[in-house]
Amino acid sequence: MTNQSKLESYETMLLIRRFEEKLTELCKMERKIPGMMILCTGQEAVAAGVCGALEKDDVIISNHRSHGHLIAKGADTKELMAEIYGKRTGCNKGKSGTLHMAVPEVNALCTTTVVGGGIPIAVGTAFAQQYKKQDQITVCFFGNGTTDEGSFHEALNMAALWNLPVIFVCENNVYAGAQRTEHITKIKDIAVRAMAYDMPGEIVDGNDAVAVYEAINSARARCLLGEGPILLECKTYRWRGHGEADHQVYQPKDEIDAWMARCPIKKLQGELMQEGLLSEQDIVRIEARVAETVESAVDFAEKSPWPDLQEALEDVYV
Amino acid sequence: MQQITMGQAVQQALFEEMRRDPDVFIAGEGVGQSIHESPIMPTYGLLKEFGPSRVKDTPVSEAAIAGLAVGSSVMGLRPVVEIMFNPFITIASDQIVNHAAKLRYLSGGKSTFPMVVRVKTGAGFGAGCQHSHNLEAWVAHCPGLKVVMPGTPADAKGLLKSAIRDDNPVIFIEDMMLYFAPGQVPKEDYSIPIGVADIKKQGKDVTVVTWSKMLGVAFKAATELSKEGIEIEIVDLRTLAPLDKETILQSVRKTGRLVILHEATRTGGFGGEIAALVAEEAFGDLKAPIKRVAAPDIPVPFSPPLEQFYIPNEGQLIQAVKTLTSL
Ligand SMILES: Cc1ncc(C[n+]2csc(CCOP(=O)(O)OP(=O)(O)O)c2C)c(N)n1
Repeated sequence: MTNQSKLESYETMLLIRRFEEKLTELCKMERKIPGMMILCTGQEAVAAGVCGALEKDDVIISNHRSHGHLIAKGADTKELMAEIYGKRTGCNKGKSGTLHMAVPEVNALCTTTVVGGGIPIAVGTAFAQQYKKQDQITVCFFGNGTTDEGSFHEALNMAALWNLPVIFVCENNVYAGAQRTEHITKIKDIAVRAMAYDMPGEIVDGNDAVAVYEAINSARARCLLGEGPILLECKTYRWRGHGEADHQVYQPKDEIDAWMARCPIKKLQGELMQEGLLSEQDIVRIEARVAETVESAVDFAEKSPWPDLQEALEDVYV
Repeated sequence: MQQITMGQAVQQALFEEMRRDPDVFIAGEGVGQSIHESPIMPTYGLLKEFGPSRVKDTPVSEAAIAGLAVGSSVMGLRPVVEIMFNPFITIASDQIVNHAAKLRYLSGGKSTFPMVVRVKTGAGFGAGCQHSHNLEAWVAHCPGLKVVMPGTPADAKGLLKSAIRDDNPVIFIEDMMLYFAPGQVPKEDYSIPIGVADIKKQGKDVTVVTWSKMLGVAFKAATELSKEGIEIEIVDLRTLAPLDKETILQSVRKTGRLVILHEATRTGGFGGEIAALVAEEAFGDLKAPIKRVAAPDIPVPFSPPLEQFYIPNEGQLIQAVKTLTSL
């Protein structure tokens, strides 16, 4: 990973963090933001590491926890924020809201909130990439709980069978809803599921953006050689509840603290400073830039108009 | 009597039925340990009283959850499984549509499947179309399934008890927004028969057939219309399958006018079935054409004003009723 990429990953993670901290704040303010709000706070290294290693034309398929993925892939934060508000200027004109934003401009072709729904779609996009002989790959993000759905198994089998250029990225954040991994699946590592499809299954520290980046970088090269898919399990942790209304009664406080002490952003920041790539002044400068981006996104969303009611009827068909 | 919400009414039915019958167990994603630690949610407290052998938190595996119900019910257990939101029933639908609904028939009547699938539905909580999609017409279209959609806490309690005691597969659809709506509910053990509609308000001018959350919309419209001297009769179906045709027909014969009100989208919605029924059996009693008030044919949009636009409201119902009475 180049120094440049490391610095970019750092800023991306910071942007995701501050963007979502703002959402947490907004959710506390009555009626600012409707509906559910599912955040990836604590998991930024996966988003930044994965998308940092991708080319613009590579496709990502995301899930209900998509803010990080979309920001890291380069989606416009103003349009994301406006969508989360339900405004007309949102990336999906207010049709989606936070849960299933699609940003085709950056090849984020589907984020689905149907658990497991995106994995077979990733088989389809990867198939198209192979079919058209494009030097592109697909990355599909999902959680550990998602690998209990039948769609996961059907899709991995088919992808392996046809050597499709797809990387299945499992963000194992210890929970699925209120259920801890060990209460819903007998295996300890999701990566072993790859074995059933004769596909490599790798485990990486999901709080280490550099490690994630390197893993994706080599998996991508492998995909482009036509050697087929891989399953990459990123071990990480969900700091927030499953939705901002979740009081996390089932999540031990000391467990959260232990993981917060392993903050992926602090980790990379420490490394960059040690390597002399980042100074205190740089940090202040980057923080200011990120804060400005978030503020202007909120400002844009606040000032944007609601859609006209008739717009509800548009976009069902071409 | 007690004043409780529909979430609490469902919860009471579950508690009482599990105490009454040791063959009843529940399963689903977060039915025990839930992200909603709220005493008004349907499965709150069950894990504590009945333990993990009867309150099964499952993996995120809808097909397996529904299959668990099919397989365990044919063995004599009485599963009550939960599919978190109505759109996710599509993942469970092989088990529900091809198996739960058909296996009794395929066995020549020898096997029975006393199972309940509880499903959350309804627009209005700002989650968008992958969480909000009223699919009752899909399941009601499958012979072999019973489909129940209560609109009040009292009905929810009594109907869920009947569903659990019923020897057929029952799809029990609960509107999310109604979880928070209070109502008077008898404290004692009682059940309400499946397949019997309820006239929630008598009226002479127009019959309004509705169910679930739209009952509230019908009542609001009734109040307004009363002020102008128009009395609607509100027929709450409560059960879509089997359908209480007689109550609908009797009401239409009395009023001569029919409006069907449902939150699900219009085309192919269950309202069409009721219109067809009345056209076939009570055409001669109609003084005006039949009208439907339903959501437009679009997925539920997220944006708050658009979501409200989607949900049928009392203004639309009032207009439909007035159109008929002015004819
Ligand atoms: C098909 C389906 N079932 C259930 C849900 C409700 N639900 C949303 S997220 C979630 C847990 C997913 O866990 P995991 O895959 O580990 O992802 P995480 O949320 O932990 O990132 C559940 C059960 C859903 N959205 N879709």
